[in-house]
Amino acid sequence: MLLDQIIFFIFAAIALAGAVLVVTSRNAIHSAIWLITSLLATAGIYLLLRAEFLFAVQIILYVGGIMVLFIFVIMLVNLDVAIRQIQFNRQTSVALVLALAVGGLLPLAHYFLGREITLPPPHVAELGPNTEAVGQALFARYMVPFEIASVLLLVAMIGAVVMAKRRV
Amino acid sequence: MDALLHYFTQPQNYLPLIFILVIVAVLPLLAGYVVLMERKIMADMQARLGPMRVGPHGLLQPLADAVKLLIKEDIIPEEADKVVFLLAPLISVTAAMTAYAAIPFGPGFQIAEMNIGILFILAVSSMGIFGIVLAGWASNNHYSLLGALRGAAQVVSYEVAAGLAVVTAVLLAGTLSTRQLVMAQISEQTGTGYWFIFLAPVAFFIFVVASVAETNRAPFDLPEAESELVAGYMTEYSGFRWSIFFLAEYAAMIVVASLATILFLGGWSRPFANTRVFDFMDYAPPVLLGGFGLYCLYRLLKQPAAWQKLVMLIFGGILLLLAAAVALPLTGLQLGSVSVAGWKPAIHGGFWFVAKVVAYLYFFMWIRFTFPRYRFDQLMRLGWHFLIPVSLVNIFAVAGGLIIHRQQQVGLEVAMFFATLVTLAAALLFAWLAERRPPAHAVENEF
Repeated sequence: MLLDQIIFFIFAAIALAGAVLVVTSRNAIHSAIWLITSLLATAGIYLLLRAEFLFAVQIILYVGGIMVLFIFVIMLVNLDVAIRQIQFNRQTSVALVLALAVGGLLPLAHYFLGREITLPPPHVAELGPNTEAVGQALFARYMVPFEIASVLLLVAMIGAVVMAKRRV
Repeated sequence: MDALLHYFTQPQNYLPLIFILVIVAVLPLLAGYVVLMERKIMADMQARLGPMRVGPHGLLQPLADAVKLLIKEDIIPEEADKVVFLLAPLISVTAAMTAYAAIPFGPGFQIAEMNIGILFILAVSSMGIFGIVLAGWASNNHYSLLGALRGAAQVVSYEVAAGLAVVTAVLLAGTLSTRQLVMAQISEQTGTGYWFIFLAPVAFFIFVVASVAETNRAPFDLPEAESELVAGYMTEYSGFRWSIFFLAEYAAMIVVASLATILFLGGWSRPFANTRVFDFMDYAPPVLLGGFGLYCLYRLLKQPAAWQKLVMLIFGGILLLLAAAVALPLTGLQLGSVSVAGWKPAIHGGFWFVAKVVAYLYFFMWIRFTFPRYRFDQLMRLGWHFLIPVSLVNIFAVAGGLIIHRQQQVGLEVAMFFATLVTLAAALLFAWLAERRPPAHAVENEF
């Protein structure tokens, strides 16, 4: 579909531009706003892929939850200090070499492996409503890894609470 | 071109556009009249009359207020972050109004039916907080910043409790679509046939409390607590931008009321829609609307000025016309080949939905004028130490009740009754625990 491609490129452009502006903005709150923009554009791409459940969860968790906490913390720290500090580090040459190396890997892989890395065609149409599909995957097929990941997050959360509590 | 023309001549393609236009056009007016309703109810509870001068009984007050707000000076503070300052009210109002896309106001009166409707409403309305937070930060004012911090902390905390209450209703219906949630409460073929307020009263209670906190209304209006923070996050806003915040707040209130109606109060269905004995309630809409219309005409005689009589006549006439429209499907007339009785679900559904939303809004206002404002640490304690644990227990109790109902041939009512009992026992336990050990640093809280 041509329309799908146009919408995809609009969302992708917004997401990338937002991501670049997150890094280049001097003001931390402005960075947070651009991060929200980028996350919303990513949610739009999920919706384009007919992953409506991921779209909603992306907005509820990342935009509505985590970003609110981000901004909350940013407003509490002293921004005047941050503005006077150097924004970019000086290792441009190393970063350039590394970025070019990583960027060169993809065309190289494509050249050597040829057609073997072509992805299977998307079959989003026959997937159907994917809330059930996500639930089946998380709570039936990948139950153990999912639970291990949740326990890991719980441990991290308890650790954070304990460390923060000591100072009160 | 022909394809476009064909596309827009299909009812399922152009009707949503018309709904969008109607909602965007009507919502500011509606919000204005909700404000008038609030002022009248406040006046009634405080034994006074409220607005009486503009129009008969203050009926034109919202229009006068709107004109006043539009022509007021719009001040942007010199030290403010201008772009964010201008962006903040837009975020608030966009978030509140986008949520209407998934709300079914009646069978068929819905912009977009989607299989994640409830999640969509939650997701979009959770973005409204950015308006508050960014407004408070961009104003470059300590009171505003404090209001924004309070707003962020409060909304993030109570979103969890509200979300868990929503999960309970979703468990009972087995769907995330707003339309199917309502259908599940209407008939036994498509679900349970009971309003979920009767099956999960604890979840409804939690949703009510959390929704008051999420819309920043008294007694949880700490982000704009006027006795401590001037006006909180909107201290520096004036004129049109201030009124946009106001519109966003009332739009969010209507969204929350609609959400409660969809999730717990049976959406557009009549109370006791499956019980023959209560069929006389079908006559309630025309009788109520007609009664109000006739009362307006009766009050017309007592108006002092001619133009006030005219306004009263217009309002009475509108109400009588609405009553006639609602009564039409009950007459059983035949208009050509169309039977009017077929219009009943649409017209009466709309009436009952609006009636439930208005009742919920009345409840909101009733709470506002009868409870004193909470202190911030009390608010946080209520959210984290009571509402969230109770709603977690409630989810497990309801899920267990559903399993027992499906596997042991126990009636759904019985299973849910015991689930509610278990939750209430847990709630008593949590309340006792919270009372027994008050936090040591309560007063030192920096908010």
